[in-house]
Amino acid sequence: MSGPAPRSVAMRRRATDTLGAWRSDGAARWVFIWPAVILVLVVSIFPLVASVALSVSKLVFAPGGVNLSFVGFFNYQQLLFGLEKSHFLGVMKTPNPIGWTILGVTVVLTGWAWTKAVRSGRYGPFGLVLWLFAGILLVGFVWLAVQTLASDGGRPGSLIVTVIFVFGGIALQLGLGLGLALLAVQQVPWRRFFRILFLIPLTITPVGVGYMFLMMTDTSKGPLEPIWVALGLRNFTWVTDPWLARLAVIIGDTWQWTPFVFIVLLAALEALDQEVNEAALVDGAGRWQSFRHITWPAILPVTTTIVLIRIIEGFKIIDMPNILLGGGPGTATQSMTLQAYIDWNTLNLGRSAAVAYLLLILVTIVATVYVSLVRRRVTDLA
Amino acid sequence: MVSRFRSIAAAIVVPALVLTACNSSASPSPSSAAPPPSAPAASVAAPSQAASAAPSAVAASPGTKFKGVSVNLLTFNGPQVAEPLQRREPDWEQLTGGHVNVVAVGFQTIYDKALLDASTKTNSFDGYVFDPQWMGDFVGPGYLLDLTDREKNDPQLDQQDIVPFFRDYNSVYDGKTYTIPLDGDFHMVYYRSDLLQKDGLKPPATWDDYLSIAQKYNGQDLNGDGQPDYGSCIAKKKGAQSYWWIISIAAGLLQGKGTADGVFFDTSNMTPLFGQNEAMTLALQTYAKTATFGPPDELNMDVGGSRGLFTTGRCALTMDWGDIGTLTPGTYAQDKTGATITPGWKQILDRSSGKLVACDATTCPNAVDGVNYAPFGSFGGWSGAINAASPKANQDALYDFLSYMSSPPISGIDVTLGKTGYNPYRTSQFTNQAPWLAAGLSQAATDNYLGAIKTSLDNKNFVLDLRIPQTKQYEQDVLDTAVSQYLAKELDEAGTEQAIADGWNSITDQAGKDKQLAAYVASLGIKK
Repeated sequence: MSGPAPRSVAMRRRATDTLGAWRSDGAARWVFIWPAVILVLVVSIFPLVASVALSVSKLVFAPGGVNLSFVGFFNYQQLLFGLEKSHFLGVMKTPNPIGWTILGVTVVLTGWAWTKAVRSGRYGPFGLVLWLFAGILLVGFVWLAVQTLASDGGRPGSLIVTVIFVFGGIALQLGLGLGLALLAVQQVPWRRFFRILFLIPLTITPVGVGYMFLMMTDTSKGPLEPIWVALGLRNFTWVTDPWLARLAVIIGDTWQWTPFVFIVLLAALEALDQEVNEAALVDGAGRWQSFRHITWPAILPVTTTIVLIRIIEGFKIIDMPNILLGGGPGTATQSMTLQAYIDWNTLNLGRSAAVAYLLLILVTIVATVYVSLVRRRVTDLA
Repeated sequence: MVSRFRSIAAAIVVPALVLTACNSSASPSPSSAAPPPSAPAASVAAPSQAASAAPSAVAASPGTKFKGVSVNLLTFNGPQVAEPLQRREPDWEQLTGGHVNVVAVGFQTIYDKALLDASTKTNSFDGYVFDPQWMGDFVGPGYLLDLTDREKNDPQLDQQDIVPFFRDYNSVYDGKTYTIPLDGDFHMVYYRSDLLQKDGLKPPATWDDYLSIAQKYNGQDLNGDGQPDYGSCIAKKKGAQSYWWIISIAAGLLQGKGTADGVFFDTSNMTPLFGQNEAMTLALQTYAKTATFGPPDELNMDVGGSRGLFTTGRCALTMDWGDIGTLTPGTYAQDKTGATITPGWKQILDRSSGKLVACDATTCPNAVDGVNYAPFGSFGGWSGAINAASPKANQDALYDFLSYMSSPPISGIDVTLGKTGYNPYRTSQFTNQAPWLAAGLSQAATDNYLGAIKTSLDNKNFVLDLRIPQTKQYEQDVLDTAVSQYLAKELDEAGTEQAIADGWNSITDQAGKDKQLAAYVASLGIKK
């Protein structure tokens, strides 16, 4: 009787130990984390690496398949210094007085900010180098902008055009979205209806919005033609002037994305404790003062997050400029993604990947600088 | 709570779906903006009697020749081009027992989808109805099946009935036949015959004539609606057809000694003719001048827009593929439309000096009354091709289907219907006028339309579109961008010519100059 008992106990203990091992963090890591890591590697990292390889290659169709030949940084060279420079960076000319002024102010402000950062003692050497690098990039970008936008004979390329779409659109979307949210949070009749109405553009596919604006901006045969004619704008067109064309794209993009800003800000506003505002009003604060000193600081964290999301999303803009204007007139509305798409479409895959990578670098820099700039301010206000 | 949620959800979703549906149906598709196929199908009068008169040759009992064989055919979602393939497929299925799955995608997608499918050996498509210009990219790596012997010995196809240009040039690459024509594409100029007749004017013979007629009618009420209309409507949107029109305008200045002369490159050294020379300068200036007599938003108008304006009587002149002829029945322009060969020039480029010289018997041996016409076979016409890596049974079935679609009784009807996007390319389609009359064209309009086509096709100076590897980069990237920049005044003439020449030279150098030159020479049918 005594023989089998210890064996059985030992077996049970071994089994328990094994189960315990499985239950330990180490096993859980293997079982639960690695599949996710592998999935991320396959789905996200591999395409990133593959597209780097593509951006330094030339694709040639050959019997039995495709040959990828290594061309080094040729595709990047073409975009930044070669044949495609005028399309990507733009045509650069000597800035006019306004351009020089903008550049001068930027240099002074950047230098001042960096000096202030040095004196504050809050950054280590590495942080200061990073801030210096960011400052040089900013000055370089402004130099490019004034050479292409504030100069005689200059013309912006897809990089600057994309930035115009992003920041022009976000400024409008934030202003309108905040305004609508402030209206919708009031106890006004039909407010539930208006909330739904304001959301509709967000539910339409961007391609659909592009076609809708294509029809609406058609002054010669579109559905709004009678209105254009009644307004004496029969011969008006959005498409011959580059800035009007860009404005049309920004308006369309704003129509589509303002509801996103609206709905998030509305949620933030509804979560606020109204008693604080009411107390401020009782104490004699005006509505503007109440908004500026109570409401705005309270919703600022949410607002900065919205702006970050819109920056990242906005840099990928393609549907509106492509459907509305095909990137025209000329290259006036050709965004970076559209430029990559055109290259992809003609199977110039290497250059398409190079444009996409430059876009990735740009978005990363802008998003990082933005987060670094606003984080401290938001923290301080909170 | 649940019912409130439902009503809110319905309030959001229903209008959104309606809006989305309206958007997608009421507006021209991105792809319809690109290639030849026609304007919105809603404007097309599709006479049922013509369609029903089609000799479907459907057997009483199902055929078994390709029983159990199912093939995938990639094409354009127009809705033209795919429409006849989808409409005729059940008849062919009844005849043979085979099945064709027509996969229709946007125009911009066909090229890369087909090429990547074949090159990665996915081979999910057994064949394509595509732009024969792309053969240069497909034939070299061996992606297309050689159809030379099949077509020669196919009584159903009746190859000898196909007009020589489409049979001997357009379907052929490097001496072998790779495609079956389903459509005949080239440019012509259309004019308002009622207006010109009233004022005793002749159709434009030269581009100077075109501009003077456009100027005369610009700003006048041309359709009786009390509103001023336009002298000329030519689609100039970037990413659409803009680059094809400039080739048509420049062609008469660049090619004088027949098709083998070519308009794109010097056949001896691959120097771009679309570079810095007086011919290109004049062609660009002429193209820009047509815009001054057009709608204000012409720079953003694709061919759907220009067709809509012409058929509603708002334009005195337009340049287009053959589609206008079959789109006019049932519109304001019915029996008020004339077609003529693309205008020419009385000058020609001296390729050695880059200067323009007067046309004479030596420089323009094919000139008519001193005018060097060079009708441009733009795009070339939708054509069927077969994947060389497809299983034999699928290849046989697909060949039979494409041959059926191109056969005289079937194609003879389809080319008369605007909804197909197909234009005539067979001799029988010119001699048998009954389907044209059944489609709604008057006898006079039929005579005029077919006459203009025949005059163009009979011209020995007919211009072939570019068909070498990376054609799409040469035309749809470099040429399209440079021309649209010129029209938008981002570049002047010299800058535009330089941009085109630099871009083309860059593509040529990367692909290999000798290889590209050999392909270009071969595409023109020149034997050296």
